[in-house]
Amino acid sequence: MQAMSPAAAGPVLSLRGIVKSFPGVRALDGVHLDLHPGQVTALIGENGAGKSTIVKVLTGIYQPDEGQIIVDGAETRFPTAQAAGQAGVTAIHQETVLFDEMTVAENIFIGHAPRDRWGLIDRRAMRDRARRILDAIGADLDPSARLVDLGIASKHLVAIARALSIDARVVIMDEPTAALSHKEIHELYELVEKLKAQGKAILFISHKFDEIFRIADRWTVFRDGQFVAEGAMADVTESDLVQMMVGRAVDQIYPKRPARIGPPALTVAGYCHPTEFEDISFTLHQGEILGFYGLVGAGRSEVMQALFGITQPSKGACRIGDQVRAIRSTAQAVEAGIVYVPEDRGRQGAVKGLPIFQNVTLPSLARTSRAGFLRLAEEFAMARDYTQRLDLRAASLDQDVALLSGGNQQKVVIAKWLATRPRVIILDEPTKGIDIGSKAAVHDFMSELAAEGLAVIMVSSEIPEVLGMSDRIIVMREGRIAGEFSGDRMTPENLVRAAVGLAGTDSGAAA
Amino acid sequence: MTTANPATTGRQIPDRLGSPAARALKSWEALLLVTAIAIFILNSLASPYFLDPWNLSDATFNFTEKAMIAFAMAMLIVAGEIDLSVGAIIALASTVMGVAMAAGAPTPVLVLLGLGTGLACGAFNGLLVARFGLPSIVVTIGTMSLFRGISYIVLGDGAFTGYPPAFAWFGQGYVVWVITVELVIFALAALAFGILLHRTNFGRMVYAIGNNATAARFSGIRVDRVRFILFLLTGLMSGIAAICLTSRLGSTRPSIASGFELEVVTIVVLGGVSILGGSGTIPGVVLAAFVMGLVTFGLGLLNVPGIVMSIIVGALLIAVIALPRLWRMARGA
Repeated sequence: MQAMSPAAAGPVLSLRGIVKSFPGVRALDGVHLDLHPGQVTALIGENGAGKSTIVKVLTGIYQPDEGQIIVDGAETRFPTAQAAGQAGVTAIHQETVLFDEMTVAENIFIGHAPRDRWGLIDRRAMRDRARRILDAIGADLDPSARLVDLGIASKHLVAIARALSIDARVVIMDEPTAALSHKEIHELYELVEKLKAQGKAILFISHKFDEIFRIADRWTVFRDGQFVAEGAMADVTESDLVQMMVGRAVDQIYPKRPARIGPPALTVAGYCHPTEFEDISFTLHQGEILGFYGLVGAGRSEVMQALFGITQPSKGACRIGDQVRAIRSTAQAVEAGIVYVPEDRGRQGAVKGLPIFQNVTLPSLARTSRAGFLRLAEEFAMARDYTQRLDLRAASLDQDVALLSGGNQQKVVIAKWLATRPRVIILDEPTKGIDIGSKAAVHDFMSELAAEGLAVIMVSSEIPEVLGMSDRIIVMREGRIAGEFSGDRMTPENLVRAAVGLAGTDSGAAA
Repeated sequence: MTTANPATTGRQIPDRLGSPAARALKSWEALLLVTAIAIFILNSLASPYFLDPWNLSDATFNFTEKAMIAFAMAMLIVAGEIDLSVGAIIALASTVMGVAMAAGAPTPVLVLLGLGTGLACGAFNGLLVARFGLPSIVVTIGTMSLFRGISYIVLGDGAFTGYPPAFAWFGQGYVVWVITVELVIFALAALAFGILLHRTNFGRMVYAIGNNATAARFSGIRVDRVRFILFLLTGLMSGIAAICLTSRLGSTRPSIASGFELEVVTIVVLGGVSILGGSGTIPGVVLAAFVMGLVTFGLGLLNVPGIVMSIIVGALLIAVIALPRLWRMARGA
């Protein structure tokens, strides 16, 4: 590990020993970060490394539990977003919040519009200044145009203009190229050069290594909320960075049992979607746990939801067992034996407001009822069986599922699907944000199911989990399969390289 | 229906906590029942004519037609949707029957046309909501003008009168003694919808959709199909109400049943159905229909003018919606 090397010019902004905890998670654990005037610092790390949290600390949205924020050598605090703005820190966010019904100029100056002598908004001054800022970043947009009439890339330029409308000394760019085309990315690079020349310090967050090597001067790596190392881009290679991102070996114990891989349970051939994914083909076998790894936004959930009938693929076929099935609704998916435990548990998971037992039997009512009439005794029996198998903790089966903890709600969702006796179960980030105990129970249960011959797909962004639980791993990147790994090739380095587009596979698949 | 090998790792979770009787006592329905009895007693004290059986029989006309629709509307609102076009469906169905009657159609044909028009209107609403994903409040505000607009085009300032004597049975007939045909239809509808919502798979799906339509879809429920059927049922009940109302009035005017939609929604909400969807019962709606009927009839006996009556009904509605919330706020403070 490299020691912190003080840069030639003193940093304009430094973070020292920042700690930020949320219930159950230590999102930032004593990290530091230096931003130097006229330099681009790339912040690198896996999903969950703490990158977004640090951006929120820098922009006054989160207050750190411990640590110092130092601006120009003096310790300071950013109690509000306005305070961060006054200190000259501005951010262009991953998902920009803009106002569709307002004009470009209004969006740029929202919250700090120029005033006339009556204290009213000076529209002419606002338009003129918006014009100047837009010109400075080379954006050919009409300040009076309404946002709703602009494309996504133009909106992004408005977001950048908004960030620059305050007299910023530190500009944070959080995945700024995610929504941009090749040409626009190029223009963004020029803009970054311009900002550098003006002496602004830039924090550049990106997963794309080609970008980082092209425009960054310095790098900092975070892992699991901790600072790993920093240095100059000139002194580092891609492999070094990947090594630092991944760090430790798989150090947790996973209850993976040796699998007896059976015949194919699900064969997907050439699945395409107009916007989300392309040419997805794979085979899943009985008794197998197939891991899907990738960065957030790689299109994994979208593929799974297409298999579950939430969306329809534009092309491609899907075979369950040896039958070709076109799945057009979730009801058909359940009938075909494919079930899906969603990542977005709040909206898509358990039906809050209904009691536990009714949640469990919801997709199995045809079996618990007679001639369409409910039989509560049968429902309680089914719910009792499956919730017991999952070691659910609840006061009664008649209790509203909303009163359960996140982990126990997740168990209700899994119980619901097991009661349908599926052939294929898809678990999308099954342990994200749930407590350690429930996590272990879910892992245990997954291996038990696979051992019983169920075919399991696990989408996970946690490298230790995906390595610890899977028999085979498919890595997705930008809507495509970027690699498939099994046996000795299932290493953290291989997964991360494929996910960021460095692998020897089809890494040129960028849009 | 049990698995071959239910592993007994987990501890036993009881099915239910607390007795059903204790729960029933604290329910909204119990409160409505008490209210209904109180208004009944007040009415009998206020007017010596109130307790006369024939008088009570007349009182039922105040709510039977609206309540029939309210049962279907209750299911729709439990599912998180609404249909504001029910009054207009009655107008259109009544107009269609009027046109057929003028052409000499016999009573059975009139009845079939009334039901068919109701179903067709419900299917149209359902298609726009379930197939095209439009919000039901907007769709049915639109069809409210559309359906009644057609009646106005057909009728202008005129009216259809002269329905055949046999047709009068639905709105003016008695089954036995003081029990009207409409009251029997009301009771049968209450039973049918009570069973449908509380005792069938379909009813369970309605609750699931009303609590979280996305999660219901992610549980393999055909959400759009359920929604479509609910609009169809509401259309059908509006058609039945159109037959009863037209038969009782003996005429069709384009303004028939105007304002019905709000009174129907009032009964449903008074019955304890959450306007946000997800909860409510048919027994609650039955009791609410009685309460509404008793209040308006009692006020009528006291010669309270119609405009004052609507003020009182409006205040009653706001009061019953606000009371539980105020109660909780008072206890929370």
